[in-house]
Amino acid sequence: MSEGMGGWLDFERPLVELEQKIAEFRDFADGEKIEIRDELRRLETKAEKLRTQIFTGLTRWQRVQLARHPRRPYTLDYLQRLTGCFLELKGDRGFGDDRAIVGGLASFRGRKVMVVGHQKGRDIKAKLERNFGMPHPEGYRKALRLMEMAARFGRPIFTFIDTQGAYPGIAAEERGQSEAIARNLLVMARLPVPIVGIVIGEGGSGGALALGVCDRTFMQENSVYSVISPEGCAAILWGDRARAPEAAEALKVTAQDLSKLGVIDGIIPEPPGGAHRDVDAAATSVGDTLDSALAELEQLSPAELVEARLQRFLAMGSYLEDGLPKGLGHS
Amino acid sequence: MAWFRRGKKGIKAAVDKKDMPQGVWLKCRECTEILYRPELEKSHWVCQKCGYHFRISSRQYFQLLFDEGSFVEEDAGLRPSDPLHFRDSKKYKDRIVAAQTKTGLDDAIVSGRATVDGIPVSIAALDFSFMGGSMGSVVGERIARAAQRAIDARRGLITLSASGGARMQEGILSLMQMAKTSAMLAKLAEERLPHISILTDPTTGGVTASFASLGDVILAEPKALVGFAGPRVIRETINQELPEGFQRSEFLEAHGFVDRVVHRRDLNRTLATVLAFFGDAPMPTGRLRRRQDDH
Ligand SMILES: [Zn+2]
Repeated sequence: MSEGMGGWLDFERPLVELEQKIAEFRDFADGEKIEIRDELRRLETKAEKLRTQIFTGLTRWQRVQLARHPRRPYTLDYLQRLTGCFLELKGDRGFGDDRAIVGGLASFRGRKVMVVGHQKGRDIKAKLERNFGMPHPEGYRKALRLMEMAARFGRPIFTFIDTQGAYPGIAAEERGQSEAIARNLLVMARLPVPIVGIVIGEGGSGGALALGVCDRTFMQENSVYSVISPEGCAAILWGDRARAPEAAEALKVTAQDLSKLGVIDGIIPEPPGGAHRDVDAAATSVGDTLDSALAELEQLSPAELVEARLQRFLAMGSYLEDGLPKGLGHS
Repeated sequence: MAWFRRGKKGIKAAVDKKDMPQGVWLKCRECTEILYRPELEKSHWVCQKCGYHFRISSRQYFQLLFDEGSFVEEDAGLRPSDPLHFRDSKKYKDRIVAAQTKTGLDDAIVSGRATVDGIPVSIAALDFSFMGGSMGSVVGERIARAAQRAIDARRGLITLSASGGARMQEGILSLMQMAKTSAMLAKLAEERLPHISILTDPTTGGVTASFASLGDVILAEPKALVGFAGPRVIRETINQELPEGFQRSEFLEAHGFVDRVVHRRDLNRTLATVLAFFGDAPMPTGRLRRRQDDH
């Protein structure tokens, strides 16, 4: 990952440099002078062209890089902007508190909601504390505890999905990573309250899906969601992690891919250049999506909600039955 | 499935030619003992010397687990499609055809109904010989349908796993099979019907992290590799050697994620006992073979 030059990606660097130049020019030059105004306008037109050039027709690998961008907003960045009140609740009541998942009680545009989400760290210390956003079983069990609590008290649930995947380590296996993920899938499928999920960065495999059994799932424009990381896929297929860009193409990991396939309900637009260029605007779009999805789901009775959720996941698949195409992805 | 009613002789025909070692004399993968094939068949492909459980096909398990001739395949005719038009060095479509030719199966699963000691059950069993038992749309759909058939007929569900995990050639749809199968098991549980999960070597990834870990009772064959992340991935992540016995059935039993490690020859009796307990049939008389550490 290109983290040099203040944490910008290679392909966005020319734009960022040009924007910095414009900002400096504006600060130091005398804006009254006509030739300076012309020069500024020229540079701004150039920046606009460059932005369009870079961000239309991004490759899938570039989307992966944006989803992992070191400056990309994380769950708590959104909660800070979207919730009037957020009271974090910790611990799985069995082993410990996993900092790679956060959750708690929140107020959101006049409603009371339970929120759970993966949490990555910004600086090295926070990255370690958050284990790079890769949960252990106790993280999933904490999320489950909070979601079951929400269901008991009739509160809807928001999930924020942003993880490379569940942590592959000895302790995680000892404490039942598989069981923890599987249990979340089973229980989430039947919780009698609305669940809306947003993939805000990386939707990495089972570790992401463990917060992903929702009535509505949306992806931000530059997020990805995949059964295996492009690196992991490349390692299996070609024995070479460096071929991850090819794997990303083959796996079809972008919001646009999943929307086309019918696996998600919509794509949340990001500000020009990505969510990290204007976090407030990105948060507003996310909030509007949560708001309207919830308004829709609140029309359903708990029984209708749970049945619709089951049908939604039963429809996931693509196969031939007696030679005829069935399920998704046959268009 | 006519071959299936041929009784014990059918076993030979059902042996997967590529996955099963050839010849009359075979070497045990664990203890390197030279074994005589007819003896091995009689012992359900368990090494008489060290107890190593060879990998066998779903059809061989059916011979072992179910009343003779009771298995009836259901939901045959489901075949994989290629929603992503996936290709690496080979096209997914070509890999499917190659696996179908090699195994004689449509996908990595055989499902249907059968009886155990006269107790009707639904069964969904994975075949490792078909693309590593990986779970794509067909596997997920047949498990979901087996669960629905179990609900409709008021019988229990047995799943038998042997899988490397999700089938990445089906991308996100293979991941979604984890949610799909788990959601159906939630419904099965609401109907108060039992799910018995049997784990065999190997059961990893998305299969372990979904239906396979959701049995009311979870049985595992001795020394089967069972885990979420593969040992190679863990070793590379933590950059150290893994402890002896890590992610084996006995390890899972000790950590509380498997009810019992069961020798292959005892699977049928164990299953019959569990099913009888949940249903109306009387519990079998006589004791199951005790393991040294049972109390
Ligand atoms: Zn042996």
